[in-house]
Amino acid sequence: MIGLRSSEMSAFFGFAERQLYVYKRYWVWEVVWLFYSIVSVLSIGFLASGLSSLGAGGGSFDLRRAQLYLLIGALLWGYLSLVFMEAAYAISWERWEGTIEYTFMAPVRRITHLMGICLFAIVYGLARTFIVLIVAVVIFDIDFSHADIPGALVVLAASMAPLIGLAILTSVLPLLSPQKGEQMSFAVQGFLLLVSGVYYPLTVLPWPLQVAGFVSPLTYALAGMRTSLLQGATTADQLPTVGILLGMGAVLIPVGFGVFTWAERRAKRLGLLKRSG
Amino acid sequence: MSVPAIEITGVRKAFRHRQREKGAPWWRREWKNKVALHELDLRVEAGGVIGILGPNGSGKSTLIRILGTLLTPDAGTAKVFGCDVVTDALQVRRHVNRVSVEAAFFKELSPWENMVYASRLYGNTSRGTRRRVVEIMALLGLPKYVIDQPMKQLSRGQQQKVAIARSFLTAPSLLLMDEPTTGLDPRSKKEVQAVLETLRAEREITVLLCTHDMDEAAVMCDRVLMLDGGHVLADGSPDELRGRHGADSLEDVFMHLTGKTLEAEEAEEAIL
Repeated sequence: MIGLRSSEMSAFFGFAERQLYVYKRYWVWEVVWLFYSIVSVLSIGFLASGLSSLGAGGGSFDLRRAQLYLLIGALLWGYLSLVFMEAAYAISWERWEGTIEYTFMAPVRRITHLMGICLFAIVYGLARTFIVLIVAVVIFDIDFSHADIPGALVVLAASMAPLIGLAILTSVLPLLSPQKGEQMSFAVQGFLLLVSGVYYPLTVLPWPLQVAGFVSPLTYALAGMRTSLLQGATTADQLPTVGILLGMGAVLIPVGFGVFTWAERRAKRLGLLKRSG
Repeated sequence: MSVPAIEITGVRKAFRHRQREKGAPWWRREWKNKVALHELDLRVEAGGVIGILGPNGSGKSTLIRILGTLLTPDAGTAKVFGCDVVTDALQVRRHVNRVSVEAAFFKELSPWENMVYASRLYGNTSRGTRRRVVEIMALLGLPKYVIDQPMKQLSRGQQQKVAIARSFLTAPSLLLMDEPTTGLDPRSKKEVQAVLETLRAEREITVLLCTHDMDEAAVMCDRVLMLDGGHVLADGSPDELRGRHGADSLEDVFMHLTGKTLEAEEAEEAIL
């Protein structure tokens, strides 16, 4: 039993280590993505800065607060979407590289495989977001003096559970359809951006999209972190949000693995588990 | 009585695909079944090299993929060292490794990075792995500088040797080799065959070698299974098969059994 656990742990870190090697080899692309992330966040910050010249402002409208609201959305979306896509593309990535058969033949539980990928995504995502955050703080002179950082970090940590569950569910798509699965994964990511209140409150959405936003865990993650960063909500204040996020994770992770196991069995029955699909 | 390395009973596998009949409207496509393996029975004792011979589409790769737990049979059972490939898949994977016709590597990564990944997947830490990798690569005649170059910069023969080195690293009891020398130049082919000979001499291992190179099979294999259209045509040692059919070569045996040559069969499939 101990031997089994140690071999699973070895594989768990092996997946994270492999991703590190892959990113090192594609470092030019990573620099480009980092640059793109910075540009994207800065553009949104400057858009907020220019709102007054576009006629917004006056009355109770707080431009500074609006800018922070948008910047937090951009930063968190950058992080959450990176973790989501890393996990959701775990299968597609193997198919592109032609290693899918080798990985699926290895004596490793699927939970170890997918969690190893998620481990790397979380660490890498945090590192990249930290760099973007530093640039944004310097350029826009962001004031976090009213923020409750521990409260925001607790929400961020709790949001990983449902996010990983959702990503595992999405990673099933390329297993179900080798030809169209990747495109569907992109569509899921886009839909999450639309309905999760990244740049606006859910109330501005038509009601069917509001319903979708209500069940998206990212909505609670973003709203929770905003209340801590903008209004100083403490860890104790965040307990209901943390409860919702962990509850969603408790449902989504087992469901994600259940669906993945079913999809893997189906792929083995139909002969889809190969590089060309 | 010892547990056989492979025990297959009544395994059948078919693949479904949608096909439009000639002259049918474009929207009318019907599901068709293409049978890859028909009620296959096979028992392989541990040790030795067993050749699976046959043209493309004969069911060789399907058999390998079933034993590698990448495919589930539609009917029958397949066991590797007593473990069922469907119900005990994780146990089966601990016994098995595969070298396939396509080098399944992260092409941007070096042989070292690919091997350390493989080593971890099979439950080993990276401690001592570098020394073992260097030793194995030297055994395979791969120059030392290759170890840190991206795989995509290596020749096809070198990539195939790294694939074999990777399988050595995980010390499998059953090595599934799916056309490991296809597409290699004659020199690389000979080197890979020499490696297989060394492996056979030095390790307690069962090798299932899929090939359509009859000469390679005659030299390398203790036992040969000829497949065609998912059926077993012949089973025996190369000498037995040649003697049984009064043939000079395994190619002649295949021709005697099917009335066609392997090349003609492959050319026909290429046209189709």
